[in-house]
Amino acid sequence: MSNNGSPMIEVKGLTHFYGPRPAIEDVNFEVQRGEILGFLGPNGAGKTTTMRIITGFMPPTQGKVTVAGFDVVEQALEARRRVGYLPETVPLYTEMTVTSYLKYMGTLRGVPSRKLKVRIGEVIDLCRLGDYRRTIIGKLSKGFRQRVGVAQAILHDPEVLVLDEPTIGIDPIQVVETRRLIQDLGKEQTVVLSSHILPEVSMLCQRVLIIHQGHIVAEDTPQRLAQNLQGVERIEVEVRGPAAEVAAALRRINGVTDVQPPTGRNRNLFIVQARHGLDLRDEISRVVISQGWGLLSMRMSTMSLEEIFLKLTTREES
Amino acid sequence: MQRVQAVAWKEIQVYFSSPMAYIVGMIFLALTGFFFVRDFGNPFPEASLSSFYQGATIIMILLAPALTMRLLAEERKLGTVELLLTAPVRDWEVVAGKYLASLVFLMAMVALTGYYVLLLFIFASPDPGPIYAGYLGLFLYGAAALAVGMLTSSLTNNQIVAAVVAMGILLVLYFSDFAAAAVTGLPATIIGEMSIKTHFDDFGLGVIDTKHIVYFVCVTAVFLFITVRALEARRWR
Ligand SMILES: Nc1ncnc2c1ncn2[C@@H]1O[C@H](COP(=O)(O)OP(=O)(O)OP(=O)(O)O)[C@@H](O)[C@H]1O
Ligand SMILES: [Mg+2]
Repeated sequence: MSNNGSPMIEVKGLTHFYGPRPAIEDVNFEVQRGEILGFLGPNGAGKTTTMRIITGFMPPTQGKVTVAGFDVVEQALEARRRVGYLPETVPLYTEMTVTSYLKYMGTLRGVPSRKLKVRIGEVIDLCRLGDYRRTIIGKLSKGFRQRVGVAQAILHDPEVLVLDEPTIGIDPIQVVETRRLIQDLGKEQTVVLSSHILPEVSMLCQRVLIIHQGHIVAEDTPQRLAQNLQGVERIEVEVRGPAAEVAAALRRINGVTDVQPPTGRNRNLFIVQARHGLDLRDEISRVVISQGWGLLSMRMSTMSLEEIFLKLTTREES
Repeated sequence: MQRVQAVAWKEIQVYFSSPMAYIVGMIFLALTGFFFVRDFGNPFPEASLSSFYQGATIIMILLAPALTMRLLAEERKLGTVELLLTAPVRDWEVVAGKYLASLVFLMAMVALTGYYVLLLFIFASPDPGPIYAGYLGLFLYGAAALAVGMLTSSLTNNQIVAAVVAMGILLVLYFSDFAAAAVTGLPATIIGEMSIKTHFDDFGLGVIDTKHIVYFVCVTAVFLFITVRALEARRWR
């Protein structure tokens, strides 16, 4: 078990290829103990891919993930013991009853058999499945299957909960209930949840990561994100030179609101944010070259944060 | 071990509550019963199970894949594999548990044919040696056939494809002694030694040869080993 100072989940330089194109590329983030982190992104952004790697379902093409200090590939069993997972499709054995299913999952997760019965009772109460103990899962409605999915995820009282779109496809009343449950769980556990609805994430999470086309494009508290997102231009600049000085020089450019020094694997990548409507590329290249540093590449984000933000705040697509 | 047991127990419950498994069991009993009585019309029928064993080996080629086809292919189809493989369970434990469950069901099925043995002992005085040896052989043979079925079930989400490919592999293994007759020298020996039929026949005659036991144990181990590796490899996709 890791001490309290170190992050519960640590993701470093994560890249995953399904085919020739990366589904996610050089993703880096940390989740602290007791935090609820929202993973926000449009369809195909790479949320599920990242979660499948964190839960140990598949090893990444590159990079490293630790859960409570355990590497999800090298120390797979130790890491998996601490994770509860609700996959996007909520896969369940449709021929089993709710109780026998939970019993099976509990045993697989190593819950001692003398505690299991009590624990199953607890999660059935928590997820309000009381009337459906003996029901065959195949006969449950979508919303109730979702609850069974949540029940199996929290069964072994895991330190980390990974929930892939936990509120998708269920009716508004159950959405509210599910959110309340997640909030309760988040008081003691570390939760990572994905969604493509910004309002939902704002409601639940202390911190939000926005992922788009496999890259993390923003990371902040929901409030600050909402304020900052509108009216920002984003330019990725690769500069070979002393990081601190480069960042300082970039910040001095008129119109630049923020400069993020290199964090990921790419030691030369600076992310420059500028006021809305400004194209500072000429100015940036002039400054870099006049200082004698190497300008390796520069590009405006393919989709501005504003566009992504708009996409995420509209609820229609879900 | 507790986890192997949990997986096995769940699958055994599914077997004993699914119509599919009962249909497979009934077909097995009906067909082996037919082979058992087939020679009784002869003027001097032999009080033995040799005809039954002949039939059982062929029927097993069709039925073992029917028992195993569901085990891994369905997990992938339903997506439940995602929860199974993110539980703190090793890949080999998943394979072992599921394989053991199919072995238990197969043994239950074969045990029911003990009825024929009982009949033989009541109405005739058969030589017990070939009967016991034959059952040992049948068990080893079935164990190997199930292992082949496990492998194909791990390679696809489609149960039918899994079953058909397993049958194909088993048929090739079964008839490879015919193929051996077509060539000479070392290739003939190698191909002939691959045949599950050749290795089974001695058991039916009452001969328990370590060579044959080693053969079946090896086939089973090799196929189960590849199954575990296949499961691991499919995580990458
Ligand atoms: N099994 C797979 N094989 C090939 N490509 C895949 C596979 N799974 C995902 N992808 C691709 O990887 C990219 C990221 O997919 P991912 O499922 O992680 O997105 P997501 O953020 O979860 O999207 P959604 O909101 O639709 O669930 C997509 O372009 C997708 O087409
Ligand atoms: Mg997804």
